[in-house]
Amino acid sequence: MGSMGMAGLLRYGRTVKRFWGSALASQMEYQVNLLIEVLAMAGNLAGSLLLLWLIYGHGHQLGGWSLEAALVVLGIYTFLDGVSSTLLRPNLGAIVTQVQQGTLDFVLLKPIDSQFWLSTRTISPWGIPEILTGLALAIWAALRAGARPGVATLLGGALMLLSSVVILYSLWFVLATTSIWFVKTWNITEVLRAALSAGRYPISAYPAGLRTLFTVVLPVAFLTTVPAEAILGRASGLWLLSSLAVATGSLLFSRWFWRRALRDYTSASS
Amino acid sequence: MSAQGIRSLGRRLRHGWRVARALLSSQYALMLEYRAETALWALSGILPFIMLGIWSQLAIPPAGLGPGSGAGSGASGIGLDQLQLSRYFLGAFVARQFSVAWVVYAFEEDALQGRLSPYLLQPLQPLWRYVAAHLAEQVTRLPFVVLIAAVFFLLQPAALWIPSPGRIVATVLAIWLAFTINFLLQSCIAILCFWSERASALERLLLIPYLFLSGLVAPLEVFPPALRAAAHWTPFPYMVAFPAQLLAGQVVPIAASFAAMAAWIALLLPLTLLLWRAGVRRYSAMGA
Repeated sequence: MGSMGMAGLLRYGRTVKRFWGSALASQMEYQVNLLIEVLAMAGNLAGSLLLLWLIYGHGHQLGGWSLEAALVVLGIYTFLDGVSSTLLRPNLGAIVTQVQQGTLDFVLLKPIDSQFWLSTRTISPWGIPEILTGLALAIWAALRAGARPGVATLLGGALMLLSSVVILYSLWFVLATTSIWFVKTWNITEVLRAALSAGRYPISAYPAGLRTLFTVVLPVAFLTTVPAEAILGRASGLWLLSSLAVATGSLLFSRWFWRRALRDYTSASS
Repeated sequence: MSAQGIRSLGRRLRHGWRVARALLSSQYALMLEYRAETALWALSGILPFIMLGIWSQLAIPPAGLGPGSGAGSGASGIGLDQLQLSRYFLGAFVARQFSVAWVVYAFEEDALQGRLSPYLLQPLQPLWRYVAAHLAEQVTRLPFVVLIAAVFFLLQPAALWIPSPGRIVATVLAIWLAFTINFLLQSCIAILCFWSERASALERLLLIPYLFLSGLVAPLEVFPPALRAAAHWTPFPYMVAFPAQLLAGQVVPIAASFAAMAAWIALLLPLTLLLWRAGVRRYSAMGA
């Protein structure tokens, strides 16, 4: 079993390498996109910094966070935005098209897990500068805020970032899956994007009602605030554990939800 | 004017009215098909409410807040109290909802799918078709906006207010002008599709100054004076902040703002038409 699992993992790894290699080769044809993406990122960051400057310039603090600590949150938000435009949007946006054009059937026939295929099929390299800038901003701001880099902090921060990516992926995937039933639901990802933009600021900057909403209903807190706390080295064990639990739970749910959707899809189409 | 001239003018007006009615009613029927999508679009405009959450935490006055304390005492550092903030951001939400334009996307799709060439043959400037589509979409959007506003007032009953009739008329006019400016700006970018396939990326870049300078994420009162003055040299503050302040009943330079909007339209309208003529010439020269 162990060796079989290993061989399977290697096979999936090799497949991803092929997928992304060919995607990169074709994307390199459109290098103007790089300029556009970098400009868009710079503009968005400048706007967010302006807003933080307005708030802190008036002598206010966002929910008791110092400016440097709030910048860690902004860095993680930028990182996640980069992950969305590199991996999530290109892949999960294609699911809707697959359903509309009926090509999903071909994906289901392939000897590979369909959720894996749909989630990793392509990559858009133009979000990578955003990923790197976000990480750099988060690390720089954390050092300015007085975080001391140690093994525990690094490990905790990396683990929390990973779990925020998993949560974000699961949210997108579940929403993309709904297109199996309601073909034209891609707009709902716009609603998701709008709601997740609340993650630009630490969760304690919101009134109590919104705070609960962004923690329990929509896991905005686990996307940016908890990883920021971990990088700053002040996350409590309870938050770390809840974040891992939410990540595992949402990933398992996305899997179950996909299987459930496929059952309806195959019984309807064949 | 001779009697014949008047008759021909009357005929042209009647013809224009028939065309407008046909366009609007067919576009409305089309938009009704996409009601669910319109609802989601309306819901994706919740950014002002998120920002209200942030700013209202910063504006909490030292003493308790009673429902009738909207005296604008300036107790908080940002110069607006809770009620003013709530009303401002609700106004910003409404202004945004009824001034969005998506000409770039519609035009790009029509150009890619080859629908544009038959449109060009019709005796009607194709941009009118998009105007009709936008107006029809605003009508289908109306119930969802009312619903979201109703939920807002359920959660914040203290913020409920009834603007004076004069203010309501002025706000509606301001939002229409804001829509006109947005539509013209987007049309200019859309027409660039004739030259470049990356025109929609320009739209993304244009959205960034709009987002931060229009007053959608922060009331312009919190800007430092120099930045506020600079923002007013762009059309963006007139597209959200001005209608929102009008609706919220704040003191605003009404005549000057309307004049500025008129100036922007006077600048953008000829530019759009010029670009259009040049673009069509290029398009037909390519043999499409």
